[in-house]
Amino acid sequence: MNDSVIKTLAVSFLVCLFCSLVVSYAAVSLRDMQNLNKLNDQRIKILKTAAIYSPDESIESQFARLTPKFVNFSTGDLLDEYGDYNINTYDPVYFSKQPDHSSPIPASEDIAIVKNKENIGKIYLLTDSSQNLEKVILPIRGYGLWGTLFGYIAIDKDLNTIRGLEFYAHKETPGLGAEVDNPKWKSLWDGKSIYKDGEVEIEVIKGKVDPSNQMASYQVDGLSGATLTSRGVTNMLIFWFGKSGYKETLKNINYDS
Amino acid sequence: MTVKQYKQILSKPLLEENPITLQILGICSALAVTSNLSVTLVMCVALTSVVSFSNLFISIIRNYIPSSVRIIVQMTIIASLVIVVDELLKAYDYETSKKLSVFVGLIITNCIVMGRAEAFAMKEKPFVSFLDGLGNGLGYSIILIAVAFVRELFGAGTLMGYEILPLVSNGGWYPANNLLLLPPSSFILIGLMIWGIRAYKKDQIEPNEYKLSRHATAPDLSKRELNV
Repeated sequence: MNDSVIKTLAVSFLVCLFCSLVVSYAAVSLRDMQNLNKLNDQRIKILKTAAIYSPDESIESQFARLTPKFVNFSTGDLLDEYGDYNINTYDPVYFSKQPDHSSPIPASEDIAIVKNKENIGKIYLLTDSSQNLEKVILPIRGYGLWGTLFGYIAIDKDLNTIRGLEFYAHKETPGLGAEVDNPKWKSLWDGKSIYKDGEVEIEVIKGKVDPSNQMASYQVDGLSGATLTSRGVTNMLIFWFGKSGYKETLKNINYDS
Repeated sequence: MTVKQYKQILSKPLLEENPITLQILGICSALAVTSNLSVTLVMCVALTSVVSFSNLFISIIRNYIPSSVRIIVQMTIIASLVIVVDELLKAYDYETSKKLSVFVGLIITNCIVMGRAEAFAMKEKPFVSFLDGLGNGLGYSIILIAVAFVRELFGAGTLMGYEILPLVSNGGWYPANNLLLLPPSSFILIGLMIWGIRAYKKDQIEPNEYKLSRHATAPDLSKRELNV
């Protein structure tokens, strides 16, 4: 009896109908919470990069200390507005995949294998209570060993000294390349300098930094067993602090303040 | 059915008929999500709830499922449950759901869920099916937690993220075993467990399915069988 065509169709239809109702109810009723989680996850990373994150306070109020700005990569200008986009929800990584809003990077310049760069980026300025600039937080990304590393880097108001580095997504090997998340390694970045005579000199070297070396303030210990990840981090910094990255923008921040 | 039988249905899959060590099912996720104990716990809860409820729902409608489309009906129910669990995780435990990434979705293809639906829930009443699912989920969880315990403790020197063995790289004394952080180490650990369980429960040892043929053994050179 169970195998008649009518019954087969009826049972399949009812099962599908019921399951789809359950699934869509779950998806729709939880969507707001999921989006908030995603947003907060990013915000916590940005706050951690700026070294002002405290788990006890609400993320919203901590995040209010940061001022987001649009960045026009071709001119280096800082913008408050860009089309109709809301600066709080603008996602540069999403727009880097939209052909209308991004441009391919010529292979000769693309040392970090970023491939496509959004035309308009977004950075954050951390100011103190009297609106003086304290830190600038810049999103960076680049290829490591297994995939692209996505992160944020914080630099001091002198626009040359690194204050923090965090990656929020990567696919590196646990125990080797994934040590980019090791707090001890991340703390090595604090106080390192980026530019020397206008050139990006910061580098993740092989082995340990020799403190007596005159380049020591431009060097960070390599991750042992993860040469390609270390090189990827170096390349991504050279790329994003170079001409095709934030170099011009940083000059504009300088004039503003 | 008596209470004793219910208890047996619940406890048998824990050791005697463990889905991982006896039936060698669900190995994929056992390799992938066991490098960190807290992530493993969430995965175990997710799988146990999916297998219990899929057994329950499939058992409720078992008499109405046409046998020609039964597998796809089971899959529809399992997949819906998995999506609901995935959505709940994304809403209430975002950090862990990020670490579990695709592996929650892959519960759909976990052989344990499908196997219990087809082998048990299609024939038995709802409540016993639910218990059977729960037992198998717990059996899976026991093995995963044991594997994750060893991998996180000796691979990263931590348990649930708390430092137990201070690592050399953090200024301690314990040189981490990086092999344990990579998926193949689970194979070794599960293999050792199967060996242990079968040494204790001899009835789980399977008879050889074939015998090595004579020529597959090393030649006896003293008898000059080969012209070298």
